[in-house]
Amino acid sequence: MHIVVCLKQVLDPEITPKYFKIDPETNRPDNSDSDLVLDSFAENALELAIQLRDKVPGATVTALCLGDDQSEEVLKRALAFTANAAVRVWDEDWEDLDGQAVGHILAQTIKSLGGAQLVLTGYQASDIEEGLVGPVMAEELGIPCVTLVSDLEVEENRAKATVEVEGGYAVVSVPSPAVFTIISSESNVPRLPKVKDIRLARSKPIVLLESEDLNLDTERCQPGVKLERAYVLNREVACDVLPGEDGAELADKLAERLLALKIL
Amino acid sequence: MSRILVFANQEGDVLSSGAKEALAFGSRLASTTGGEVRSITLGPFAEAGAKEAIASGASIAYTITNPLLAEYDIELFVNSIHTVFEQSGAEILILSFDKIGKDLVGRLAARNGASAITEVVDYTANSDKISWIRPIYGDKAFGEYTTTREKVVVGIRKKSQDVNVPDETNKGEIIEVDYAPSEEMIVSKLVVKIQAALSDIRLEDARIIIAGGRGLGGSEGFTDLQVLANVLGGTVGASRAACDAGWVPSNLQVGQTGAVVAPDLYIAVGISGASQHLAGITNAKSVVAINTDPEAPIFKRANIGVIADYKTVIQALTEKLKKVLV
Repeated sequence: MHIVVCLKQVLDPEITPKYFKIDPETNRPDNSDSDLVLDSFAENALELAIQLRDKVPGATVTALCLGDDQSEEVLKRALAFTANAAVRVWDEDWEDLDGQAVGHILAQTIKSLGGAQLVLTGYQASDIEEGLVGPVMAEELGIPCVTLVSDLEVEENRAKATVEVEGGYAVVSVPSPAVFTIISSESNVPRLPKVKDIRLARSKPIVLLESEDLNLDTERCQPGVKLERAYVLNREVACDVLPGEDGAELADKLAERLLALKIL
Repeated sequence: MSRILVFANQEGDVLSSGAKEALAFGSRLASTTGGEVRSITLGPFAEAGAKEAIASGASIAYTITNPLLAEYDIELFVNSIHTVFEQSGAEILILSFDKIGKDLVGRLAARNGASAITEVVDYTANSDKISWIRPIYGDKAFGEYTTTREKVVVGIRKKSQDVNVPDETNKGEIIEVDYAPSEEMIVSKLVVKIQAALSDIRLEDARIIIAGGRGLGGSEGFTDLQVLANVLGGTVGASRAACDAGWVPSNLQVGQTGAVVAPDLYIAVGISGASQHLAGITNAKSVVAINTDPEAPIFKRANIGVIADYKTVIQALTEKLKKVLV
């Protein structure tokens, strides 16, 4: 069983809002001082992929990332999680790809890797939050897509997914191959890689694929949306901090304030 | 001129809250661009949905009343909506980016060769160009996007639109589309579905939410929050950290994953305010934060702050309010 997990490197989403700036020339975050990290839902997907592999004898995990050479960091992290292989796909002409273009390129990359029984990806990356890559890959590959998956169980030629639905959750069974977009849950909390695995990961190869290695459709590599303008939003509210330290006293003050809102 | 098609999902025989938002967005866009809104409803109650859509501004309401469409199935819904999108000649397909919308937008756009844009909250439009406005970077910024293809599929962020007051005097035509989805299209099998009891207040609809986070230190703290919620007539929510720790079930999660909420009062207890959590409470009216860490980002969003250990505050607050309210 071959599992492909698609990873994205993003600007650390927990950067303090007051330090967050957009460069008006590029419409991109002016993030020279902040960190790039593996997107958190992608990390949940990676953890789940490794767990599933370890339950199925002979299974392998390939970590796949579309990005420039900086994004090799997330692939090294995947290797430290004990992923079996790491593939980076990149072309310098790919500047402003959207989720649809990325979905096309990743789908073609997965085909060139010989396909996969399970394709896992984070459900929505914390930077642009399009939530498109998974469903678009599935459509391109002609296979089912299950979104908002918190857990997966592999069965003979099928997979059983726990999914979030309006007002609760459901368990659905789909034939594999299939794409699953992963959300965080109790069962896929990312591991802390062992020091030994981190060291081993440094010497493992990262395969680079470029556009000429893939059977890409030029039209589908063009983004369907164009960011014309981006601007920072100041949502900071002047917080009225109630004075005092004694809990009971603060509770009294808070009760008064809440009653004054006339909501209760 | 723009031709707008709105997919209006139903819960039983009534339009979902997301559908009402999508219709409101579509009507507003149509009035700016001089276009018209058509709707599509699916399943045995499609006609009731069509009438509701007409009252909310649709001039033509397409229906596919096939009984197979009674329960949501992704393949049947993608095929049905795609068929109507093609046949209607619409350039813009609008739907709620709710849990079902998250399945549908990417698939429909890829199948149709349309652009796709999600989490849209607003637009600007002039004679020939529409810019779609949506939050980016965990609500820290807004982006204005144009599209590069003839058609576009637009996913509307939940809880971002004021819904139309239905006008029963609106006139519109209901057209049953000649399309028969077949059972062979279905690939996923439902094993089990667990939904909150109808008597429970849904987070999305709650007026008052008391939410707990990592600072509660365990599931016990949520019992205190529940007591307070009972006194206030509210409901309990949780941060992603508290759900991932297994302290409470994941259906209590407030945030970009989980529920996007818009209560009149949101009390965040022991919640630091991660960006994905804050993105879920953008439209909360009054926010109260109780946290021991004065540097916690939640205080940048809260209207009222209490810097203290929640244990010393919540029980006293509950007792105090019980005397006044109950």
